[in-house]
Amino acid sequence: MHFPILTSLVFLPVAGALLLLVVRDEPEHEGLVKNIALGVSGLVFAETLLLWSRFDPASADFQFIERHAWMPAFGVSYFVGVDGISLLLLVLTGFLTPLALLGSWASVHKKTKAFCMFVLLLESAMMGVFVSLDLFLFYVFWDAMLVPMYFLIGIWGHERRIYASIKFILYTMAGSVLMLLAILGLAYLHSTTAGSYSFDLLKIAELQVPPHLQFWFFLAFALAFAIKVPLFPFHTWLPDAHVEAPTAGSVILAGVLLKMGTYGLLRFAFPLFPEAALFFAPYLAGLAVIGIIYGALVAMVQPDMKKLVAYSSVSHMGFVVLGIAAMNTQGVEGAVYQMLNHGISTGGLFLIVGMLSDRRHTRLISEFGGLKNVMPHLVAAFLLMTLSSIGLPGLNGFVGEFLILLGVFRWDPRMAALAATGVILSATYMLWMFQRVNYGPVTNEKNTGLADLRPREWAIVVPIIAVIVLMGVLPNLFLRPIGPSVERLVTHMHQSASARVQAAR
Amino acid sequence: MGGFNAIVPMACVAAAGIASMVAEAFRDPGERMPIAGLGVVGLLGAAIATVLLWNHNQASFGLVSADNFGLFVTGVLVIVGLLSIAISGPTIDREHLPGGEYYALMLFALAGMMLMATATDLLVIFLALEVLSLAVYVLTGIRRDSPASTEAAFKYFLLGAFSSAFFLYGIAFTYGLTGSTRLDRVGSLMAAQAMAPTPMQLLAVGLLLVGFAFKVSAVPFHMWTPDAYEGAPPAVTGFMSTGVKAAAFAAFVRVFLSAFEPLHGQWSVVVWAIAASTMIVGTVVGVAQTSVKRLLAYSSIAHGGYLLVALLAANDAGKGAVLFYLLTYAVTNLGAFGVIALVDNADRPNDQVRDYAGLWNDHPVLASLMTIFLLSLAGFPPMAGFIAKWYVFTAAVKADYMGLAIIGVLTSVVSVSFYLRIVVMMFMTSSDEPAQFPAVPKIAGLALVVSALLIFYLGILPTRVLDWAAASISTIF
Repeated sequence: MHFPILTSLVFLPVAGALLLLVVRDEPEHEGLVKNIALGVSGLVFAETLLLWSRFDPASADFQFIERHAWMPAFGVSYFVGVDGISLLLLVLTGFLTPLALLGSWASVHKKTKAFCMFVLLLESAMMGVFVSLDLFLFYVFWDAMLVPMYFLIGIWGHERRIYASIKFILYTMAGSVLMLLAILGLAYLHSTTAGSYSFDLLKIAELQVPPHLQFWFFLAFALAFAIKVPLFPFHTWLPDAHVEAPTAGSVILAGVLLKMGTYGLLRFAFPLFPEAALFFAPYLAGLAVIGIIYGALVAMVQPDMKKLVAYSSVSHMGFVVLGIAAMNTQGVEGAVYQMLNHGISTGGLFLIVGMLSDRRHTRLISEFGGLKNVMPHLVAAFLLMTLSSIGLPGLNGFVGEFLILLGVFRWDPRMAALAATGVILSATYMLWMFQRVNYGPVTNEKNTGLADLRPREWAIVVPIIAVIVLMGVLPNLFLRPIGPSVERLVTHMHQSASARVQAAR
Repeated sequence: MGGFNAIVPMACVAAAGIASMVAEAFRDPGERMPIAGLGVVGLLGAAIATVLLWNHNQASFGLVSADNFGLFVTGVLVIVGLLSIAISGPTIDREHLPGGEYYALMLFALAGMMLMATATDLLVIFLALEVLSLAVYVLTGIRRDSPASTEAAFKYFLLGAFSSAFFLYGIAFTYGLTGSTRLDRVGSLMAAQAMAPTPMQLLAVGLLLVGFAFKVSAVPFHMWTPDAYEGAPPAVTGFMSTGVKAAAFAAFVRVFLSAFEPLHGQWSVVVWAIAASTMIVGTVVGVAQTSVKRLLAYSSIAHGGYLLVALLAANDAGKGAVLFYLLTYAVTNLGAFGVIALVDNADRPNDQVRDYAGLWNDHPVLASLMTIFLLSLAGFPPMAGFIAKWYVFTAAVKADYMGLAIIGVLTSVVSVSFYLRIVVMMFMTSSDEPAQFPAVPKIAGLALVVSALLIFYLGILPTRVLDWAAASISTIF
């Protein structure tokens, strides 16, 4: 019996939250509360690194599997494991959560204890989503994750936080309840063919789902995930949630939550319903391309930095969906890689915007200008994250976008051509924003005395930049564990689809 | 015929009711007496009797059967009773209600509910229905100086009496058709003629259906519910929204899935329509409410709809769904009404959604408990409400009621929006006026904490209770 590392990843943050429960909520304990939360999330990050170091990158199978009966009468089990697709997402979650907490150090002084508890509970649920190999367990974490995020936006957010938080939760739920019915339908299907209920992903994957059911089930799953990604035209909750959320909320939302949508497509919607997935792939890709261009154009005209970054997410996540829709090795590897990139660079951008708004209590681009003269270090970090976001060669964003475009080109050159315009547009809006905020003379005298990076902010910025450069220079370090699992997924998709075509003849 | 064993649980409760009436009679004005303690003793007696009777399938007089199904509901009713007594104390003190009578009525109502859950004869079910209804009518109007309370009691009484008449008519027709009111005989005679049901049979089933639908406040027979729930003291509302519903559903399930099972094809269409409209009306109208009590009244109507889905889809996957849902709903809803009862103030009812502004700042624990109850009602994991709804929808999918399942999940999304309105008020809005929330009494607070823990237990480790629920309902069909 080896150490149940995945269970400890999922429940360590819960334990931390329960530990916080006994700390009395008084102003003099604020530092203690924050340090406990930071310590726990740091420990979780260390554990994710340990997990990565013990992960066998040559294997495509699920590793560190734990399986316990939960509700045996219904075939529900506590079944967790990681493969190359989920491994690095766990590391990403572990990496961003402490940074998000650090980023809120200065801005959250109200009800700090509850804030830290919600961040930790959210981390638990996110870890749970990425490790679950039982559809029921997955749905539990998927739904449970909404509640802490709802409170984070609703309590610590900005002016329109209540509207944004309710919109966030209703949009996501509306999509996911139909997925719940599809999950129930799959379990029922399993009981008619195998004689007993099961929510076990591996067993469900062996089911021969009839084509007409595949069609409906895929739509139900894809709707839930498309809302989460968010894919155009389901994206309207995202700018509201991002803009109104506190910094930590935006970082986690952009950094991790959006990845759940694309992860769900890769883990569930595509492999479980291969025929329907390949049938719908061009439509998904079409929506993704629309999202890439639309998101970029809308981002260009935003006066608010946070909103600009939010719309850039719509655009960048479109690339990820496009890569998945291509369903070849380069496309999917690029998609997984781009999920990590987007988490890090957009998370970093939100942290930087948070630092600026901590100082000035505004996020309007027009309020800034010439910051380079005032705080050179912060602007340097800002620049690196901006360049990473637009995919400059040598930084992380380039690798992901390049792989995706390569994969898409092999699949459908027209899509690749259209998507490539998104790359150009993203350079336009990001650099234009960067220029207006940081270059030129200091136009607003409120900006003259702003402090440069503080030690706590150095602690946020340095790791992010290190990862950005590392992922740009040594992509193989990260692609190595991703490869075999992606390879297997792609083979599985095409085999089961062609097997069905042959059977039909 | 088993002697008296099967009626021991309700006898304990009834005895406690009589004892509290006697105690009240001997109480000097102004003297404090632990009358609630008598009720607790009676309920604990009932609980012990329930445990002892478990799996023994005792029957008394051929009219009452302590099968596991009835005993499971009895157990739920014991929990309902204990929690209701725990949250009633503050209301009684504040409103200067006659404690002895209050508890006596509550205990008699509980005895009636237990009888209703275990009765196997239509006339006994009717008797039990009247026992519990009369007690609850009086409890609704127990604040005699409050016009709203009196109005609520009067409305409830008039419509309740009306529905009882339907019910009795249904029994009369059934007797006329089969010559018996015993469920097993009715069932076998119905089965013999089920191939070609006569209009008379359909009339009998229809009339009984109307009677039950009134009691479980299913649309379109729900009109009394918001008024009665709003006018009654919150602790009573909590009691009747859970206890009456549990007892009525127990009898509903027993009558329709045993005696009228042969006519399943006929009544299932009607119940389908009732279930769908109950879920839709409950949630959609709930969205427009500004009073917390009315909001929860519509929410409880909607939950009645989910229970009807469970009843309809009572296949081998869904048999336990009704019972598990009843237990979950009872604990959760009583918890929510308990919070309402505790923020209720003598000079200010605090029953509007906006009155909850800033509750988190004054009573963080109370606000957190309310959030747990509301999120469980909304069906979020890892709370019990999620497992309960999931169980119902599993049964519905399996029984090929995909339409109901889709309506069910979509209405539960809509319901999230109104449950969250209260959460928004408590956590995200600050109050303009200085807070006017009374202090929380220890026992009531403890009861709410226990409910919340129970909700997490049922949500995270439901297996044992799920198995009990599935095993108990299989004793009746």
